[in-house]
Amino acid sequence: MIEVRKLVKKYSDLTAVNNLDLSIKKGQFYGLLGPNGAGKTTTLKMLSMLLTPDSGEILIDGKIVNRKSRDVKTIIGVVPQHVSLQKETTVYETLVLHGLLHNMKFRVIKQRIDELLNFAEMSTMRNKKIETLSGGNKRKLMIIRSMLHKPSVLFLDEPTIGLDPAIRRVIWDLLKRLKTDGLTIILTTHYIEEANILCDVIGFMSRGSVVKEASPFEHMKGIKPVILENFNGNNTEYFYFDNREEASAAAVELDGEVHIRKTNLEDVYVSFTKDRRLE
Amino acid sequence: MRFFKELKPVIWDEWVIFRRHFFKISISAIINPILYIVAFGLGVTGGTSLSGVSYLKFLLPGVIALTTMNSSYKAISVKLITNRVYDQSFEQFLIAPISIFTLCFGKSLFGAFRGLYSGLLIVVIGKFFNITLNITPGFMAIMFLNGLVFGSLGMLGALIANSHADMNRFGTYVMLPMTFLCGTFFSTNQLPPFLRELVYLMPLTHASAILRSISMYKSFYLGSIFILLAYFILFQTLAYRKCLKIST
Repeated sequence: MIEVRKLVKKYSDLTAVNNLDLSIKKGQFYGLLGPNGAGKTTTLKMLSMLLTPDSGEILIDGKIVNRKSRDVKTIIGVVPQHVSLQKETTVYETLVLHGLLHNMKFRVIKQRIDELLNFAEMSTMRNKKIETLSGGNKRKLMIIRSMLHKPSVLFLDEPTIGLDPAIRRVIWDLLKRLKTDGLTIILTTHYIEEANILCDVIGFMSRGSVVKEASPFEHMKGIKPVILENFNGNNTEYFYFDNREEASAAAVELDGEVHIRKTNLEDVYVSFTKDRRLE
Repeated sequence: MRFFKELKPVIWDEWVIFRRHFFKISISAIINPILYIVAFGLGVTGGTSLSGVSYLKFLLPGVIALTTMNSSYKAISVKLITNRVYDQSFEQFLIAPISIFTLCFGKSLFGAFRGLYSGLLIVVIGKFFNITLNITPGFMAIMFLNGLVFGSLGMLGALIANSHADMNRFGTYVMLPMTFLCGTFFSTNQLPPFLRELVYLMPLTHASAILRSISMYKSFYLGSIFILLAYFILFQTLAYRKCLKIST
């Protein structure tokens, strides 16, 4: 569905995206994870045609993406990182504008708005002004707006950034429901739990390219199942073990606070990004 | 056909805001012109004549040109700078499958409609001051063309500026001198030669001159229409190129 070949984007001396190769299958929920400045947002901006690559090639549904790719623009939906809604308009007007921008007929737009507001449990907010919506509802609106024209690919750039945990879970449910529609979704996020819950495949990005790509389950195989965290008064050290017994035996020898728990994807991510920073 | 389909959302977006703030927009469009008419037309000159006609009759076409300029410029620039820099909703247009040319043209077109609307309000206001002008389709077309020029300039300014403060500075450097110098309140013949030539380069001078000539049943220099058209094409092209750069 999405093929990215040797993609490069530079800002002066900084190479934001460096020979990036990606292959994402139809219906896959793909997560791009990485530290700040890894090149996630730049990649997504190039995929959604908001930035022109310096070199390389992007194919979406077999079509080469460039700034004239109007036919590609009709099959993608984009949810940017920042809230990008006109404050003075209502929820309904925001959605109508999106439909008109995608050359949809008024009758179809109205029908689709009803469906999507219902889907996102926002029907009562139809005539509310954007400036009166909560942060969570603005994010939900941006997601359903991107779905209005029934795209086959959806780009989500940190869609839950800045939201409280409860609202984040509501957004996750919304995204899970989208996943069942066979949509191909690319998500960038800093929230490991988000990627773990939603994504079929997670690619770790570092210095502009994907350096490790696997399912959340496969990523977990790369790390021992139990972690011992030891805060020695200055900083926390992490030790990995095959089981709790080994970790408990090691804990006896340590000073300071000790915490033993199961490893999770965050530990994989942290150890990975720590390693990359040290390189 | 595709052009008109793509134009629809651009116009609709502007229309929604216009409809919502109709009264506010209408009132703010007439306050400055009324003050100019009262202060300069009644207060300063006290009903004297200029170029063989009553000063009020001389002043009104200039104020109409000025109002058309300000309304179309502000209608596009204020909303666009807000959408681009503050709520960042302009990105929605850049992601959408519409051409950048249509986007720029559509915005300028709506700016021209807003200018025309405000200009016609001043024509009506003129009636309250007992000033009747010769309003012809040509007069309306020049108001519209003037709106296209300054709608495009508003678009260009809002694409270049990085904040409302930048936009205000742009207004002070470009719009304010035109307001007072381009034959709005007095004949440009009264200016020193070097300043007259400088003022002649500005589009509002030509819009004022044509509107004044039509309103007084006089002939006008046809080249002024081409100058306005040239400005429209220039501002539109620059706005298009800037928008294209922003979009990628």
